[in-house]
Amino acid sequence: MSELLDRSIGDIAALLARGECSSVDLVQGLLHRIDSRDGDLSAYVSVDRDDALGQAQRADKARSEGDHRDLLGIPIAVKDILNVTGQPCTCASRILDGYVAPYDATAIARLRDAGLLFVGRTNMDEFAMGSSTENSTVGVTRNPWNTACVPGGSSGGSAAAVAAGEAVAALGTDTGGSIRQPAAFCGCVGLKPSYGRVSRYGLTAYASSLDQIGPLTHCVDDAARILQVIAGADPLDCTCLDVVVPDYRAALGGDLSGIRLGLPREYFVQGIDADVEQAVRGAIQQCEALGAEIVEVSLPHTEYAVSTYYIIATAEASANLARFDGVRYGLRAPGGKDPIDMYGKTRAAGFGDEVKRRILLGTYVLSSGYHDAYYVTAQKVRTLIRRDFEKVFESCDALLTPVAPTAAYRLGSVSDDPLSMYLGDIFTATANLAGICAVAVPCGFTSDKLPVGLQIVGGPYQEDRILQIAHAYEQSTEWHTMKPER
Amino acid sequence: MSPEPSQPGGAEIDVAYVAHLARMHLSDEEIARFQPQLGQIVDYVRQIQALDTSDVEPTAHAIEIRNVARADTRREGLSADVAMRNAPQSKDDFFVVPKIVE
Repeated sequence: MSELLDRSIGDIAALLARGECSSVDLVQGLLHRIDSRDGDLSAYVSVDRDDALGQAQRADKARSEGDHRDLLGIPIAVKDILNVTGQPCTCASRILDGYVAPYDATAIARLRDAGLLFVGRTNMDEFAMGSSTENSTVGVTRNPWNTACVPGGSSGGSAAAVAAGEAVAALGTDTGGSIRQPAAFCGCVGLKPSYGRVSRYGLTAYASSLDQIGPLTHCVDDAARILQVIAGADPLDCTCLDVVVPDYRAALGGDLSGIRLGLPREYFVQGIDADVEQAVRGAIQQCEALGAEIVEVSLPHTEYAVSTYYIIATAEASANLARFDGVRYGLRAPGGKDPIDMYGKTRAAGFGDEVKRRILLGTYVLSSGYHDAYYVTAQKVRTLIRRDFEKVFESCDALLTPVAPTAAYRLGSVSDDPLSMYLGDIFTATANLAGICAVAVPCGFTSDKLPVGLQIVGGPYQEDRILQIAHAYEQSTEWHTMKPER
Repeated sequence: MSPEPSQPGGAEIDVAYVAHLARMHLSDEEIARFQPQLGQIVDYVRQIQALDTSDVEPTAHAIEIRNVARADTRREGLSADVAMRNAPQSKDDFFVVPKIVE
C-alpha cells in the first residue's frame, strides 16, 4: 500500500478502475503516512480523518454503483488559503482562527465534480506572504529531503506533502513563485498557469492581479490532469478568461525537435549557487539532446522585477487584507472602544510580522505623495517586463531558467532578513508580472542532496506547450522518480 | 539611466504613521523593529525610479479585463444563516460591533 501513494494519478486511477484498490484503502494509507511522518514535517495544518474517510466511502460506493469518472476517489491536499465547504480556511493566520469556509472555491468545486477528495489543509506562509513557510502561525514546515531546511514557500506544506508521499497531489497558489519555488526545493512538479487560466473565486486574495491556483504533483502528467479539471472560464471571476482549454494530456509525448528554447542571459548571472547552475545547465544540454534548438535571449528589465513585484503585490495586499477587521469573521480583539479602535487592535493581534510589513509597505506606496513615485512607476515597469517577454516569445517557444538562485536553505537562516528573502523571487516573480505560465520540474541535486528545479516559461495560455517540453525532459531523466529517505 | 532620483526615500517611511493609515495598533517595539527593515526595503525598491518610464503606459492587469455580464436571473447566494456563522459577535441577522455614536 505504501508505494501506492508515491505513484502517479494515472496509475492510481487505473488501479481504482480495476478494483485493485479502493479509495478507502488510499485514504487510510495516507492517514497512516501522515501519522508516521507529519510529526517531523508539519506539512499539514489540519486533517479531518472522519471526513476524509467518509468522502472515500462515498466515492467507493459511487464506483460500485457504476460511476466511472477517471479521478473518482483520488485524494488531493489543499493549501490552507482555498475555501472548501465545511473545512477550516485559516491562511495560517491567527486572524482567521476558527473560520470555517461556507462555500467551495471554483477550483475546488471542479475537482469535487471530477470526483476528487479533500483530505487535509496544507501549511503555508501566512496569507501566502513568504518564500519559506516559516511565516506560519501554526509553526514551520520542514523539507522532507533534509528536515533542517525549509520546504520553500509559500505553498511549502503542499510541496512537502507531495514529496514525502503524504499526498498524491496538492493545490497551491502562486503570486511571485509560491508554487514553483517550493516544488523545486522539495523535488516535485509545480505549475503556475497563465493569469486568467484558473478562476480565483474562493482563493483568499493576496495580490489579485498576480495570484493563480495550480497543482503540485509527482510528475508532469499529473499536473496536466489537475490543470485539465480546474482550467477554464468562470462567471464568478471576471479575470478568468473564456479561452479554449485544450486537451493537455494529448499534447504530451514526443521529443523536442523543432522546438526553440531561449536562455535569458539575465537569469544566468553571478549569485546563482554553483550546484544549481550546474544542474540547470545539465538539463539544458538534455533538452538539446532531445532535439531542441537552444538560443540565448535577453530580458533586459529582469533586475527591476523584485522591486516591481514587491510594490505591486504589497499595494494590492494592503487593499485586499483590509477586509480582516474583526467584524464579519475570524478574530476580534477585545476592548475596542469604537469600531476603528477595534479594527486596530484586531489587526495588530491577528497578523504576523511579515503580513504587517507587507501591509505597511503597500500602504506606504499607495499613500498620498508616494503613489506616483512607487505604485504607478511599478505598473509602468511591469509593462516593460511584459514587453520583454512578448519580444522573446516572437522567436522562442519557451524559456529555460533556474527556478531560484539557490536550493533549499536552512531554517532560520534568512527569516530575520526580509529583503534577502525577497531577492530569491527574482526568477519566478517575472512570470506573474507578465501574466504568463511556467512550470518547475526536478532536474538534479546539489552536493548536499537537495533537489534543484528547472523552470520552463511559456507565453500566455501556452500551458500545453510547456507541459509537453517538461514531460519530454522528465521522461528522459530519473529525477522525478527519486524520493527522500524515510 | 537618469541620475539618482530626488523623490522621498526609505529614510522617510514613517512606520507609525503608515500603521495608523493601515489601521494596525502596533506596539512601540514593533515600530522600532519594522522601521529599519522597511527603510531598507524602500531604499531597494526605489531603484525602479531610475528607469525612464515617461512614455510607458502602466499595466494594471497582464490581460485585457472586460466587463462580464450574466443573464439577469435569480440564483442562490449564501443564506443569512450561513453568512453569519463565522461572525465573532452577532444578534439575529446582524453583525454586532462596538458603539459607533454616543
